[in-house]
Amino acid sequence: MTLVPVTSHRPAAHRATPRFRDRAVAAHHLLLTVAGFGLLVGATFLLGPVRTDRLATAAAYLCVTAGLTVLVGTAGQLSLGHGALMATGAYTVALLQDSYGQRGPWVLPLAVAAGVLVTIGVGAVLGFAAARPRGPYLAGVTLAVALAVPVVTTLAAGVLGGDRGLPVYPGPPPGPPARASAWLALAAAAATLFVLANLLTSRVGREFRAVRDDEVAAGLAGIPGARTRVLAFVVSAACAGLGGALLAVLDGSVSPGGFAPTLSLALLLAVVIGGAGSLAGAVWAAVLLVLLPDAGRALAAALPVGAETAGRLAEALPLAALGLGALVVVLAVPGGLQGLLGRRHRGRPRRREGGPA
Amino acid sequence: MDHLVLLTLDGLARGAVYAAFGLALVLTWRGTRVVNFAQGALAVACAYVAHTVAAVTGSYWVGLAAAVGSGVVLGALTERLLRRARARPVDAVIAAVGLVLVIRAVLVTLYGTDVRPVGAPFARAPLTVAGVELVSPDALFAAGTVLAVTLLLLLFHRTGTGLAMRAVASAPEVARLLGVRAGRVAALGWALAGAVGAVAGVLALPAGPGLHPAALDLVFVAGFTAAVLGGLDRPLGAVVGGLAVGLVLSYAGAAAAPVAAGVLLVAAGVLRPAGLFPAART
Repeated sequence: MTLVPVTSHRPAAHRATPRFRDRAVAAHHLLLTVAGFGLLVGATFLLGPVRTDRLATAAAYLCVTAGLTVLVGTAGQLSLGHGALMATGAYTVALLQDSYGQRGPWVLPLAVAAGVLVTIGVGAVLGFAAARPRGPYLAGVTLAVALAVPVVTTLAAGVLGGDRGLPVYPGPPPGPPARASAWLALAAAAATLFVLANLLTSRVGREFRAVRDDEVAAGLAGIPGARTRVLAFVVSAACAGLGGALLAVLDGSVSPGGFAPTLSLALLLAVVIGGAGSLAGAVWAAVLLVLLPDAGRALAAALPVGAETAGRLAEALPLAALGLGALVVVLAVPGGLQGLLGRRHRGRPRRREGGPA
Repeated sequence: MDHLVLLTLDGLARGAVYAAFGLALVLTWRGTRVVNFAQGALAVACAYVAHTVAAVTGSYWVGLAAAVGSGVVLGALTERLLRRARARPVDAVIAAVGLVLVIRAVLVTLYGTDVRPVGAPFARAPLTVAGVELVSPDALFAAGTVLAVTLLLLLFHRTGTGLAMRAVASAPEVARLLGVRAGRVAALGWALAGAVGAVAGVLALPAGPGLHPAALDLVFVAGFTAAVLGGLDRPLGAVVGGLAVGLVLSYAGAAAAPVAAGVLLVAAGVLRPAGLFPAART
């Protein structure tokens, strides 16, 4: 059991710790974020339309995986239903754009923000329900929610469009410039990373870790366990809602097939493979989620098999890679990809933020 | 009125399957403090084995026996695989989810994602009980799971092996000191759970949409709900919980079943937070 460095055992002193422990740390995060954002926006001018689309999709997934890695690695909670939270954000954007989208191009960012808010509401309900029961209860509840997505869209087919889903209105003519949605996704991902990086180094991040490691000790230090767990879930839900809303904008449509239960499982496993608790690991996870389907298709096409088997393999290979990868990480490589890289670069074991011990 | 009776009977029949799944989860939880999130995927794999063996041999019953056998083997193998991840509950669930995707990948490669119709051992001629028509597969899976549940309860409470399993569940250290081979008992529990899940899966499928790699996802969530409602530590609680979940889902209607299961779980978490998962005794 690892004990977190709490500044003092006295609650008063703990409360006195500033939210951003060190302004230099926050400035460092800001510099990294702005530099990365500028670099990638520049890249959108050099890459072709397909690659720009992949980059933007990875940025949208990064919002989700960054929130999930904080939930799993830092707060020690499991969600098997982040795909459903993404669907919440995505459908909110589709509905709002349908009603108000023609008023102007400025509605789209507001619709995305509204998608985040609605997802926060859903996340708060789930987080509250799961705050007090122990054990893998949250995993079961979120799995049920993931299974409910196609059912809800079918039951409310009049509003949500059933199996066929809804189109996402891009904005009034002439429509947004070609790369605008990619820039929106990159900006949102950069903002998400900046906020989460500061959150992790702030008091809130230390509270997440303290409750994860030892709830009784955390309680003695004045940190309420249930409230901290709900907060962690709501933060990650907000990120998932943002990612889902961005995907809706990028794809131009939403449908239940895009948010199948398998997506929720894949998100969790990708985060674990990247390195749970590490934001750099979340980048790995987002890249994996975008590249694995392409890699699966390419590999299946290259193998000397019939067309039907190739189709099956194209679907099965990404699942197998994620499943086997996560098993290997949990059983043999705690810290995931990022843990491995960190060790190699520094020549000594990296202090893990919360990879599986 | 007849409709209500029919829904109730249907709910109890479904509930028997959920009870069996819940029971399988209780078995693994009691022995190792792990909720096996791969239970549904393991049962689907066993159902595919049953499907293939039945198609080759032409006998439903040989297929069912093969499913039970593969359930025992897969259950024991899963226990072996997850043994190293058991120190942290989060890791055990992640490993189980990883296993779910691996199993799904294997099934998709071998069988594709098409829904396959599955046979029932008897003709689908309606069986009349007290003036109400019962479709025979429902009656069959109710009878099959009741039998499985009864056998398990007898095993728990009337045999030495059952005593050892209960001892390991309630006080693992003491049980070890008294000479119980805790590792073997845990593996046995997982193997039994695999067999129960396989039987429940094979029997439940004819009433569902058919066989495909995600066919038992909802059944797993319903079984999890059943186990949670029952307290996760009590086999009889899982049975009662399973019947209750079956009734609720039947009244809610097949279309809304996953939503109803989610609402039940959330309600259980808000209303009975403390009694749901008794902390592991160390």
